Amino acid sequence: MTSERPKILTDKTHIPGIETFDVYRKNGGYSAVEKALKTMTPDEVVEEVKKSGVRGRGGAGFPMGMKWSFLAKPEGVPRYLVCNGDESEPGTFKDHWLMKTIPHLLIEGMIVSSYALGANTSYIYVRGELMYVVRILEKAIAEAKAAGFLGKNILGSGYDLELYVQPGGGAYICGEETALLESLEGKRGNPRNKPPFPAVKGLYQCPTVVNNVESIATTSWIVNNGGDAYAAIGIGRSTGTKLISASGHLKKPGVYEIPLGLPVQEFIYSDEWCGGIRDGHHLKAVVAGGSSVPILPAAMLLKTASGEDRLMSYESLSDGGFATGTMMGSGGFIAMDETACVVKNTWNFSRFYHHESCGQCSPCREGTGWMEKVLHRIEHGHGSMHDIDLLVDVAKKIEGNTICPLGDAAAWPVASAIRHFRDEFEWHITHPQEATRPGAIFKGHMELV
Amino acid sequence: MIETSDKPRIEFTPERLERAKELLTHYPEGRQKSALLPLLHLLQEQEGWTPTEGMDYIAELLGIQPIEVYEVATFYTMYHLEPVGKHVIEYCRTGPCMIMGGEEVYAHLKQKIGAQDGETSADQLFTIKPVECLAACGWGPCFQIREKYYTHLTIEKVDEIIDELRK
Repeated sequence: MTSERPKILTDKTHIPGIETFDVYRKNGGYSAVEKALKTMTPDEVVEEVKKSGVRGRGGAGFPMGMKWSFLAKPEGVPRYLVCNGDESEPGTFKDHWLMKTIPHLLIEGMIVSSYALGANTSYIYVRGELMYVVRILEKAIAEAKAAGFLGKNILGSGYDLELYVQPGGGAYICGEETALLESLEGKRGNPRNKPPFPAVKGLYQCPTVVNNVESIATTSWIVNNGGDAYAAIGIGRSTGTKLISASGHLKKPGVYEIPLGLPVQEFIYSDEWCGGIRDGHHLKAVVAGGSSVPILPAAMLLKTASGEDRLMSYESLSDGGFATGTMMGSGGFIAMDETACVVKNTWNFSRFYHHESCGQCSPCREGTGWMEKVLHRIEHGHGSMHDIDLLVDVAKKIEGNTICPLGDAAAWPVASAIRHFRDEFEWHITHPQEATRPGAIFKGHMELV
Repeated sequence: MIETSDKPRIEFTPERLERAKELLTHYPEGRQKSALLPLLHLLQEQEGWTPTEGMDYIAELLGIQPIEVYEVATFYTMYHLEPVGKHVIEYCRTGPCMIMGGEEVYAHLKQKIGAQDGETSADQLFTIKPVECLAACGWGPCFQIREKYYTHLTIEKVDEIIDELRK
């Protein structure tokens, strides 16, 4: 059954030794570099990526080919490709897994993508905590270079590329592309105002494309098989496959490559994927796309407001807007059963955003702290009914009022938790002794699945 | 906290100085400041933390002002601005690890090593720090000790790990 599923990123990940150049090469690796550099112009590579319809896999979901086409190309100015491997969105660990499991897939993708964009120096920025992955990538780069796939005049094509890995220093904000560029320049990770966009003034004020690890890793397959073949997988404008990081109360948490359009129900309950909720428990809520996307009650996640099966696609997950929908985001799928406390988890996420706010914009710097404090007192049995409205008010005042999307990312989990689980917040206020007991479970009218 | 001091100068060992010089080749002419984060990691690898004297040395290597190093070292969470124990245990306190039972596991860990958040154990062997999401959510609860990840933690597993490190 599994073998019928399209595998673009994970078709070779089960092969022993695939992290080494020799095994990767023997299994067809680096054929995309040969094809692109020997038989295609850079513009032809861009064209295939455009045709594929692949969307940025870091969270924003912006069409990758279109992002590439915005790259400015002034004479005599270097251009850069920077891979965003800062993966820090709670619930997301797919890039971590991909880079450590099959580093050459990313390196091959970096070579064809750099060729397409006319970049001669490219960087893979990896979050500093993953230093062991930095070392895996550095070893793989050395192997690729020794085999002639990096450096001067690659495969006699006249194309030169140097590829470097850059570790971060521990900061969620550096996953935002302009903060990442600041960090790569050796500065604090404060996001820049846009415009100018990185495509015009990015790294060292030169035209730059920043793409997620998973996005870049797909480009080898697209070069080998064509953009049309990629677009034939998936559903509507959600083309291709997506890596989903599944965590929480599932029987089989882990990283899965799904064809976009897979029903959510099947993803959670089928043995091919997560295998259902742990024995004896029921699904209560899901954060479907990383901590920043709206949390949904189980029933609302599985069916759209019009009663249709919800699908794992950008469009279906956001169907109903924030009233009844959520977002694909980074694909960080966090499942919670009835033992999870929504108030506690919302407080936890608020603490995260407060901790990670760079402090540049007052609504985010101050607002995230307020939300954390108010949620802390509700969770610990000292809240008042007014606090719930206060949270909604603070969230509203952060949203849309900051330089970068961290403000929105902090506001949405709070606003959605109150929207869908208000009774659980109220219970903490009206029954503090019961709600703060260790192991307390809210037995309100929530519909479990 | 950063204080100036008369403590002896800190420099990279010859082997690390070679690595530092190689790092500087990764960036275009005039953009060597880009090496700052990797050099701070190198300093921490050598000293166990990032003392001011080492940061001043990095400023010299890069031809920048010491304040440019301090402002970066204090922004990012990985650099230890004060001395730490031999093993720094950084445990993930974010949502997915917590709903997988992190609370109980980490409480046991703190009791086992005899130190609370931010503290170093009396034997100077362990420093414990809560950190935000380590991108290992499906394998949680988890912590890392220096570069190594420890995942799928249970109370029993924590005991094994700590007992092993104490040997």
